[in-house]
Amino acid sequence: MRPFSYARPDSLDGALAELAGNQGAPDASAAPVRPVAGGTNLLDLMKADVMRPTRLVDITRLALRGITETGDGGLRLGALSTNAETAWDERVRARYPLLHKAILAGASAQLRNMATNGGNILQRTRCYYFYDTATPCNKRAPGSGCGALTGVNRIHAILGASEHCIATHPSDMAVALAALDATVRVAGPGGERAIPFADFHRLPGDTPHRETTLRPEEVVTAIDLPADNLARHSTYLKARDRASYAFALVSAAVALELEDGVVRGARLALGGVAHKPWRDRDAEALLVGKAPGRAAFAAVADAVLRDAKGHGHNTFKIGLARSVIVRAFEEAAGLEPS
Amino acid sequence: MTHPPQGPIPLTLAVNGRELALHVAPWTTLLDLLRLHLDLTGTKKGCDHGQCGACTVLVDGTRINACLALAVMQDGKSVTTIEGLSRGDELHPLQAAFIEHDAFQCGYCTPGQICSAVGMLAEGHAEGPDDIREQMSGNICRCGAYPNIVRAIGEVMGAGR
Repeated sequence: MRPFSYARPDSLDGALAELAGNQGAPDASAAPVRPVAGGTNLLDLMKADVMRPTRLVDITRLALRGITETGDGGLRLGALSTNAETAWDERVRARYPLLHKAILAGASAQLRNMATNGGNILQRTRCYYFYDTATPCNKRAPGSGCGALTGVNRIHAILGASEHCIATHPSDMAVALAALDATVRVAGPGGERAIPFADFHRLPGDTPHRETTLRPEEVVTAIDLPADNLARHSTYLKARDRASYAFALVSAAVALELEDGVVRGARLALGGVAHKPWRDRDAEALLVGKAPGRAAFAAVADAVLRDAKGHGHNTFKIGLARSVIVRAFEEAAGLEPS
Repeated sequence: MTHPPQGPIPLTLAVNGRELALHVAPWTTLLDLLRLHLDLTGTKKGCDHGQCGACTVLVDGTRINACLALAVMQDGKSVTTIEGLSRGDELHPLQAAFIEHDAFQCGYCTPGQICSAVGMLAEGHAEGPDDIREQMSGNICRCGAYPNIVRAIGEVMGAGR
């Protein structure tokens, strides 16, 4: 690890003062001063020499821990609450079982004990070429090319990718948050603002080094979950190479609102297939008014995957995604997998 | 804007019940502090990237990967390593169970396995062998001693209920 300097502010204002010099950096991930909390992804990337901050700001003394009621039936997840604290919170389990399941599908128990909610959604791709500084990567070294496009790309994106980057977002938690229409709360020099989850992560386009809409001088303070009626018919299904402790090849966070045997609302977010958790609201709308069943679910899958594109090794993901979507909806609806 | 690297930073830490006043460079991981500065080499460096679990220790009773934790961020906390689990010559029940069930071959992953199991039992979310396999998945055993690891932990878990 390259040497760096260290600050440990005890207030949000103190942390924001440390980050003020980051203004103008192309992306929060590339800023010279980085907040650190769980550190599980940042320190790994610093050891790999992929991230090279010159100063770390330890934000763990800030009052951003805890899970609280929002006042309108939702929950506020503190940015510094750990993934484990969040997953095992009784209110999360009862009201957002989809989130409970998604968090526990990710990483290991040790990592979930360290990793924070703010850090989880800011974690970076596990693309081999992003990690390997001897290879080209437009995300790590803008303009250098993409090693994955014609390289080993079994784990890479099939939706929303570009000729500049086919990396995927690795988080399981973020896939659930996308399905739940969460809001990311951030604080910066100008005060607080709220970012709808769908707008938090970017697609790669021709600037894959710009990963989120978080500004380099801002910190994530909380993630808000809105009240909903989705708990009863929801699930998170993850297909991976091992039974535990592996990133998703494809995952699906699904939820249904059912009334008198008819779908009134549907949510579907996919993980492992794109640069961000993948939502397709037009495809979800196809289910409304339908009776839940394999044919209706397959039609949604076909719509979501209409523009899916494989790159060789990862082409199997298109068929896998179709199966995962259908089976996840069947589970959520309480139907036997067909 | 760049910042010059910083010299050693003061750090107080309780390690296996012993209060220590130290100075460490900010980029020192808890793992390197334990092994290189404190000569507590029971905690192992496997992958050094949070993937293998060999470096698992307990911080304030919670299991973490020491390789991905900065030492300076543990200021004021209490660390327990494999060296701190026994009471004198009396082994921790998990240590005894690992021996009883032959839950290792080379032994390199064992300190991490045992510390992880101590943390898992404290978390209290495991009820049977499937839960043990899932919740211990952050500890890799290259020798493949998993069946006996699960048995050893299962025995201690059953005794605690």
